[in-house]
Amino acid sequence: MSVGIPAARVAAPAASSRPRPVRRRGGVKGVAPAFWLFVGPFLVGLVVFVYVPIVWSVVLSFSRGQNTVTPGDWVGLQNYLDLLRPGPFLSSLLTFTVFAAFIVPLTFALSLGLALLLNTVTVAKTFFRSVFFLPTACSYVVASLVWKLSIFNGVRFGLANTVLSWFGVGNVAWLATTDPPWYWVVIVSARLWLQVGFYMILFLAGLQRISPELYEAAAVDGARNSWQTFRYITLPQLRATSVAVLLLLLINAYQAFDEFFNLLGNSSFARPPLVYLYYTAQGNQDFGHGTAGAVILALLIMVVTLAQGKIFGFGKAD
Amino acid sequence: MSGIELSRRRFLAGLGVGAAAVGGVPLLAACGGGSSGLAGDQGAGSGASSGSRPNLSVWYHQYGEAGTQQAVQKYAKAYPGANVKVQWTPGDYTSKLNSGLLSSSGPDSFESGVNIDQVRSQQVVPLDDLVADVKGDYTDADITSNTVDGKIYGIKIVDDMGCLYYRKSLLEKAGVQPPTSWDELIAVSKELTTKDTKGLFIGNDAGVTPSFGGGALLGQILWAVGADYLTDDHKPGFTGSQAKESFLKLRELFESGSILLGAPTDWWDPSSFTQGLAAMQWCGLWALPAITKAFGDDVGVVPWPAFSATVGKPSTFLGGWAAMVSAKAKDVEAAKAYVKWLWVDNAEFQEDFNLSYGFHIPPRKSLAAKAAKLQAGPAAEALKIFNDYAVPPNPAWTPKMSAAYADAATAIVRKKGDVDSNLAKAEKAVLAELDRLFG
Repeated sequence: MSVGIPAARVAAPAASSRPRPVRRRGGVKGVAPAFWLFVGPFLVGLVVFVYVPIVWSVVLSFSRGQNTVTPGDWVGLQNYLDLLRPGPFLSSLLTFTVFAAFIVPLTFALSLGLALLLNTVTVAKTFFRSVFFLPTACSYVVASLVWKLSIFNGVRFGLANTVLSWFGVGNVAWLATTDPPWYWVVIVSARLWLQVGFYMILFLAGLQRISPELYEAAAVDGARNSWQTFRYITLPQLRATSVAVLLLLLINAYQAFDEFFNLLGNSSFARPPLVYLYYTAQGNQDFGHGTAGAVILALLIMVVTLAQGKIFGFGKAD
Repeated sequence: MSGIELSRRRFLAGLGVGAAAVGGVPLLAACGGGSSGLAGDQGAGSGASSGSRPNLSVWYHQYGEAGTQQAVQKYAKAYPGANVKVQWTPGDYTSKLNSGLLSSSGPDSFESGVNIDQVRSQQVVPLDDLVADVKGDYTDADITSNTVDGKIYGIKIVDDMGCLYYRKSLLEKAGVQPPTSWDELIAVSKELTTKDTKGLFIGNDAGVTPSFGGGALLGQILWAVGADYLTDDHKPGFTGSQAKESFLKLRELFESGSILLGAPTDWWDPSSFTQGLAAMQWCGLWALPAITKAFGDDVGVVPWPAFSATVGKPSTFLGGWAAMVSAKAKDVEAAKAYVKWLWVDNAEFQEDFNLSYGFHIPPRKSLAAKAAKLQAGPAAEALKIFNDYAVPPNPAWTPKMSAAYADAATAIVRKKGDVDSNLAKAEKAVLAELDRLFG
């Protein structure tokens, strides 16, 4: 970590002793074409497929945009005002704040737990790591279909219902039952299965960076049980990883789309903001409200992320 | 120095977060357009010489019955006036079509239903001249439901309708008659429910959530009491007290434990019925061949029941698809010529498409009248239901109105939501739309 700083200090005087005009012309000769060769295609892609659409959406969000994506027919802030009144968009935001409050700590705890377990395993470590990581490679759509059609199928030949029938429990229509809301079982289990492995790997990498000397020192200083070492050594040392994981989980929760779209469609009782905006834009052809909603959501995620960064110190050294 | 660096990093991080946040939304159909994206759409290599035929791209949703895709490809190949490329779309056809119509690489001609927003934003062209000579051979309902501001924008390919299919033997065994009212429907459905068979299948969404072709009963709830989405003078028609009671009846049915939910396929597919998961199913006429193949004579059809013996009347929907022409077609006249050749003039192909695969009612009255397959058995009963009770769609009922209304229906029926307040919310959204459209 700290190796880079002395190196830079050494390099700086050396550089300043060179003739200055060379530096002003752009560093080492012949590097500029290579720079653009490597960065150019990515930059063009980024601008064309990310930044132009963002700017376009922002512009479009101030126009009516009914059945057209060409800005015009300006309505000022009307689209924003419509969305910020009590209505389906706000209620979807509320639903998903609750959802995030639930899913983020759960995924966090499970992936950290798995990583801790895996870190202590001595045999077949790679095997377990791969097994838990593999679902990450699975598409949300494929997983949703497997969950919907085979595991949580509502009729007697679904896996969950077959298992329940051994205990004499009747068929449960998992996705259609709203009281109790069994559909959350399907959604949450699919999401956990898909996500936990990835965050587990992040935690594992974090765990492996913790110097063993710290644990030795702790033992010498009298840390008696594993809870104490976890509380006072592991957790603080994982701070950077934890903050990054929390951040990614939060963004992911607000961007939930695939499994909700595929499992529940346009159900007003469990509709993430993105699904609502998708149906607003693609279904109703109302691109004005669709883009305005996307901008609100983007701003919201940015604010939450920056606030979180401020509180937890995202990007700071350990 | 470090302060500047920090803020720059923060800025970039913020920008990155913003990009990630926005990037997840398919909000810009402008990039990519959601059309097929295939260069082949632009013309399969024969565009250069002056004597060559124009290229047409024609879009369809995926009809479930075997042979339909081959059929439309056969028609396309037989057309002498243009190179017709068929785009067959499984899955979410509406979204894909909507995106396609926004871009210049969308369809030249496509099947859909006529909607006032498409007309007002000039995405489609009028087709009055194509049917001018034979207008009288279409039902009034098929003409008015495809007309906006006095012009015809869609030519019906197929007419569809819903049927309440039931197994005669199962009803006999249970000692019940086909239902003729909401209360009877609930009672019969309960009566027919056994350990492995539910009484009735109306869709995994209980008929009220319109995604993936769901929301099958959104109209029936109102039509059962003689109401409709909109009144003739463009006012919301779904807030009457009888309509509200009809909503509560559907909720009662949903909560009766007698309807099939969580089935592998939805209401528009007859598999749940033919596999014995439900004793009755609300499904389309298109499924009749598959159902008679499974049960032979042991099947009957009735319309969706009236609210009660004294209130409302039986009903079914007038569905189906209409051929339309995109205003962005590279050659509008060529696209219109193809629609006329196939869906107005070519009786042989129209009959083939309507009756050789799934069952539909040929929109041309002259064809429907002589179609042998609609003369006997359940098909004949269905045709009678269609003629007596089918309710046509209203082009002024926009997707946005429908979405607000369906949100209310979903909340009322599936989440025990309050009828008055949910319908009031929908009414507000619909009024705003009506105000936008009709001032």
